[in-house]
Amino acid sequence: MNHLLVLIPIALGLGLVGLFAFYWSLKNGQYDDLDGSASRILEDDDEV
Amino acid sequence: MNCCATQIAQDLHENTPSKFANSPEEQDFRASSNVLEDGSTQSELIIPNMHCAACISKIEKSLGAIPYVISVRANLSLRRVNIIWDSKIGKGTKFAKELSNLGFESFLSQDEDQATKLLAIESKKLLLALAVSGFAAANIMLLSVSVWSGAQDETAKLFHLISGLIAVPAVAIGGRPFFISALKALLAKRLNMDVPISLAVLLALGMGLYETFTSGQEAYFDACVMLLFFLLIGRYLDHLMRLKARNSVESLSKITTKGGILLDEKGGTSYISLDDIKVGQCLRVYPGERFPVDGTISSGASDLDRSLVTGEGISVRAEVGDSVEAGVLNLTGSIDFVTTSNAKTSFTAEIKNMISAAENGRSRYVRIAERAASIYAPAVHLLALIAFVSWMVITNGDWKSSIYIAIAVLIITCPCALGLAVPVVHVIGASRLLKEGIIMRDGSAFERMSEIDSIAFDKTGTLTNGALKLQNTQLPNDKISKIISALSSQSSHPIAASLNAGFSAFSNAKLVNIREISGLGVEARHNGKLVRLGRPNWVFEISNQTVDLEPNTNVAFCESGNAIYQFSLVDTLRVDAKNTIDHFKSKSINSAIISGDRAFLVKKIADELEISNFSSQMLPADKINFLNKLQSAGSKVLMVGDGLNDAPALASAHVSMAPASASEVGRLASDFVFTRPSLMTVAFTWSVAVATKKLIQQNFAIAIIYNCIAVPLAMFGYVTPLIAAVAMSSSSILVVANSLRLNFSKFDGGQIISTTSSMEQSKRKEVVT
Repeated sequence: MNHLLVLIPIALGLGLVGLFAFYWSLKNGQYDDLDGSASRILEDDDEV
Repeated sequence: MNCCATQIAQDLHENTPSKFANSPEEQDFRASSNVLEDGSTQSELIIPNMHCAACISKIEKSLGAIPYVISVRANLSLRRVNIIWDSKIGKGTKFAKELSNLGFESFLSQDEDQATKLLAIESKKLLLALAVSGFAAANIMLLSVSVWSGAQDETAKLFHLISGLIAVPAVAIGGRPFFISALKALLAKRLNMDVPISLAVLLALGMGLYETFTSGQEAYFDACVMLLFFLLIGRYLDHLMRLKARNSVESLSKITTKGGILLDEKGGTSYISLDDIKVGQCLRVYPGERFPVDGTISSGASDLDRSLVTGEGISVRAEVGDSVEAGVLNLTGSIDFVTTSNAKTSFTAEIKNMISAAENGRSRYVRIAERAASIYAPAVHLLALIAFVSWMVITNGDWKSSIYIAIAVLIITCPCALGLAVPVVHVIGASRLLKEGIIMRDGSAFERMSEIDSIAFDKTGTLTNGALKLQNTQLPNDKISKIISALSSQSSHPIAASLNAGFSAFSNAKLVNIREISGLGVEARHNGKLVRLGRPNWVFEISNQTVDLEPNTNVAFCESGNAIYQFSLVDTLRVDAKNTIDHFKSKSINSAIISGDRAFLVKKIADELEISNFSSQMLPADKINFLNKLQSAGSKVLMVGDGLNDAPALASAHVSMAPASASEVGRLASDFVFTRPSLMTVAFTWSVAVATKKLIQQNFAIAIIYNCIAVPLAMFGYVTPLIAAVAMSSSSILVVANSLRLNFSKFDGGQIISTTSSMEQSKRKEVVT
């Protein structure tokens, strides 16, 4: 039983971290242009 | 980016603030831009042929290099570029110029875009709901597995409690689309599929919470969240497909006339927007522009291309006193005309009114999922009620277990498989179509397409290519051909362009004093001799010979004092037109031609295609009447057309298709748009539609069989949360797997479309090299 009290919050926490990461990426516009993001990786100019 | 650098320098040089917003194009541009809070301007351009990483970086770099641009972001999926710039120190039209220097065509995004944006926001919300319910379903399932495998007492209670804590917010977020839709339906006193879904989810959640707090053993948290997850997948797919279709169609659209050039009494010109045009004003239309409203020509003469408006294939001569319709393209000379209508009463507006009237009729079409829901939803509610009442009787009023069983019935019958069955099939079907260059605008189009029993074709631009082709097989000798090639390259008239294409094998001879005479042709001097290319009678004037005009001649050439050459250019049949008509004949679907063109031209095409049912010189209203007559006799008609004059018919037909070359209004009024030259795409679309219908029926059959097994189990009280979970997911997986078969089916004409389009491509390559 004691193990569960540790493990369940960990499991749920990890899930929530994933969910929030997804939420953040959605708000951040990362799903606005799926084709574009796939292509941008091919740009190889190093100007910063 | 050296090429741009010099241009920017020039541009900076001419940047005097006073002249920024005075040209009509610039005002158009600014009218469709938004001013942001910080005073900068945001504009969006559609760039249809942006399709790779190199395009993105080229566009972003060159636009970003313009000094008054604050930020640029290209979106490849939407084929758009978003530009934030300072409108006080620069011109917006510069962007389009810059893009065309790079070889990209660009259009301003139009008002209809707002709908697309709303759709995009909506699908983002759905994606979030999907993610939340997916997370919840996975975690609750893990906890449920331990309950099912024997966790008891306090452990089970704890697990239920945690599941409940996850389920409540998940249902609140994930169930929102369903609750809203169900509420809307109920307020309108209807029942849709979302009503039993919402009821099942909410009851299951409520029962689960009650069980948890009374230390019960059975909680349906997993079922209700999983239900939402599966249904949201279907809903999201459906949304994504619509968004993609809208985008593809819109990125085809060209700038429509938003205004015109107004002439005042003193002869000065100024820009006037379409809405401000009044009856009786004098407006000027330059060659290459379309008339904004109807009117009567007051000065000037020109050739007009009325093909999109009336369906006439050949351009017509217009002079002072002739009336013109909005949307007609002015080809050769500049024309002043007096308006006889404003934007609300013009020909285009009239057509748009007819379209919206026709679309009202079509919106009454009930989609198959809704038809299923109208039987399914009451049946489910009735079953649950029967279960509740009979268990109350059997158990002598044990309301608690009676309610449990009723809820179990609701959950187990929930249309998971049905919710997935239709969207998955439609998405796969749409992707098959897209591979052949066919864009579908709406999922219900498949259902309507599969029901057709006759087809009405427009002639110009649909059965034919809408472009003239040189018929002469014997070309004049090299010397003459080179002159013709040079002369024809000097005019923007469609006949000249088609003639030029026929002489593409020849280089251009050197000409001097080249002059285009509006309505007659082009003349020039070659080695001191006058040469003319154009209207036969005008060309004959400089010849010393007298020849008879051959019957099909529409253009002639003569070198002063020498022989006359006559050429015949006709509109040719679209690729595979005959095959397509024959194919449909073999499937006992009848074809008819309804055209706005003159009778003898229509008859010629009809004879060639062996179509006995044809009508000519039809006005838009006649076309609608033709379709209505067929449709009121119970026939379901597919309309294939391209013109503005076809648009009302496209909207009123049971289902409609338009080529990508169609008028914007025509494209927006049709269900499918095809981008490949072959007419066989029509047959292909039809056979895909028939296949999707078959698959959807199969999926419904699977769902019904599943219910035949599951419902009795639930009614007799044998269903536990475990059985519900297994049954629901297995039926969904079965339906999806069945739908995926569509990816491997073969369809009529698919082969032909691919081969002809690759032939076209190789031909084009030959021309280039």
